Amino acid sequence: MVAIADSVPKPVSRFQFILDRRDVLGSLMVAPAILYVLLLVGVPFLMAVYYSLSAYTIYDPSWSFVGLSNFEDILEDPTFRQTLYNTFIFTFGSQILGLILGKFGALLLLRPFPGRKIVRALIILPWVVPIALATVAWQWMFDSLYSVINWTLIAMGIVTRDEAPNWLGTPELAMLSVIVVNAWRFFPFAIVIFLAGITAVPQDVIDAATVDGAGFWRRNYQIILPMILPIMAIGLVFGIVFTFTDLSIVYLMTQGGPVGATSVLGFAGFQTGIVSGDVSHGAAISVFMLPLLLIVVVTMLRFIRRREI
Amino acid sequence: MSAVLARDIVKKFGEVPAVNGISLTVPDGEFMVLLGPSGCGKTTFLRIICGLEKQTSGDLLIGGDIVNDLPPRARGVAMMFQSYGLYPHFTVRNNIAFPLRTQRVPRAEINKKVEWASQLLGIGHLLDRRPRQLSGGERQRVALARALVREPTALLLDEPLSNLDAKLRTSARQEIKNFQQRVGLTTVYVTHDQVEAMGMGDRIAVIDHGQIRQVGTPTEIYNDPADLFVATFVGSPPMNIVTHNGGGYLGFRPENFLPKEMMNGGGFTEFSFRVDRSEYLGSERIVYGVMDGFESKQPITAKLPPAHVREESIRPGEWHPFAVRTEALREFDKDGKRLNHH
Repeated sequence: MVAIADSVPKPVSRFQFILDRRDVLGSLMVAPAILYVLLLVGVPFLMAVYYSLSAYTIYDPSWSFVGLSNFEDILEDPTFRQTLYNTFIFTFGSQILGLILGKFGALLLLRPFPGRKIVRALIILPWVVPIALATVAWQWMFDSLYSVINWTLIAMGIVTRDEAPNWLGTPELAMLSVIVVNAWRFFPFAIVIFLAGITAVPQDVIDAATVDGAGFWRRNYQIILPMILPIMAIGLVFGIVFTFTDLSIVYLMTQGGPVGATSVLGFAGFQTGIVSGDVSHGAAISVFMLPLLLIVVVTMLRFIRRREI
Repeated sequence: MSAVLARDIVKKFGEVPAVNGISLTVPDGEFMVLLGPSGCGKTTFLRIICGLEKQTSGDLLIGGDIVNDLPPRARGVAMMFQSYGLYPHFTVRNNIAFPLRTQRVPRAEINKKVEWASQLLGIGHLLDRRPRQLSGGERQRVALARALVREPTALLLDEPLSNLDAKLRTSARQEIKNFQQRVGLTTVYVTHDQVEAMGMGDRIAVIDHGQIRQVGTPTEIYNDPADLFVATFVGSPPMNIVTHNGGGYLGFRPENFLPKEMMNGGGFTEFSFRVDRSEYLGSERIVYGVMDGFESKQPITAKLPPAHVREESIRPGEWHPFAVRTEALREFDKDGKRLNHH
């Protein structure tokens, strides 16, 4: 008979399996992200809010609290009101244009054709090309002397050299130009959103609509579009937030000109706060976006929740 | 007049034929079931009838007219899909009204027809709900109402019960069949489930590899299968098939393969059967085994009534005398075609 030795229970360290515990491992995994958000988003945001309520400039770095007087100052400034208006035009103009391009792009990319995968990959390019590079290219296309767009228009006999539009030198055309560039940058994102939405519509539903007598337009606008509205709205929320706060295209292409015609809030805040050193007013301009965006985002999210199918 | 008539329909995807020459006549008011394994082409054929796919060759007639080049909406057929294809953002009322709206039917008439269809299916109280607020059975009724509201020449159903759980499936089967009989609507019903096919079809078309193997009433399909495919596809467990007469085949249903002592009178053929395994299923006992002197790819099965055959009387591992009534034997030639088929 084999004697079984009395097994002495080995002491188990309390920390030996510490990483198997969900709460411990979970917290560890999430910590970097939380730290990142707190330090790089939360702290600067709180600082911006405080700056906007202080008299801080780089010449007089005082932290003295001045209440809402910075906001009163900027609201009385007609340039700021022009900038606010520009920002709305810029944002909604480029979103609408981007959505239209995105919808039709998605419809084209849904049809099978040779090389579709390559085209699908290439279409994403405007989105991934560094914005500085892309904008320089667009700047040349809109150049007053070397514009390839004007060259084409002249070559086709649509305008003469004298009437050729000065894209970035005329207020309305300059706004149109920055809108076009932003829509160009945004539409691959819109295509991806539309593609995801349309492919998520069950084939049975589309087939049912076809058998029920719906043609192309009715299928698209009465069945598919309402069904993808929630995901479209989410894409739009992203688009609006990014565009509303964007300053890169305006900064690189027009510097807000001519005479403030393309100045947007992000750009104005940067100009006033960083370039001119008036930190408190610059912060006020930037913080001003917060309530506006909040209203837009909350409205859209409520709409999405109501439409959730 | 035949509601649906297909003449030698072929559909190729690239080089692969999904439907390989189907000819079929569905008379007015008939409940026709297309039965076959998945990938046999039955759904493709149904989609050709409603116009969602266009056949590579062959003619299709609906209500006597050639509809080869007509779009789905001009064909006068309605289709109910596997997952119903209800429009999730519409209320039930608007779902049912949609096929009428696309035809620009006047509003007053739409209301009247929606009322009529929803009364017929007993969903009048659901008209203002959305599809996601309905149970599986209610969704099915809404889909039926939507299909019906246009008063189609034929109703096409593509595996409509496969999304329901087993219990609901039985009642839904009943409901569709009752409804079809009440309205007298020509129906083409696609399924891979032989129980649905046997239970619902006036006639069944058994399809395999894009071709019809047999068209007939459930009794004909079950008792007189035209070939080995039909014999082994229909029935659970399927018909026993053994090689016979060097190259030919002999078939008999498991319920006809019984211990010899259960046979009285003459007119039966005797076999020696060794039982390997036995399953008790309550109302029946299925025994699996081999037959002396006959080759079979599958184990031979016998379906025995437990009330008449005691368990001790058929012990595993022993040879027992079994028999099949001669009129229940089916002979097939070496290509699997039925011999002396009447």
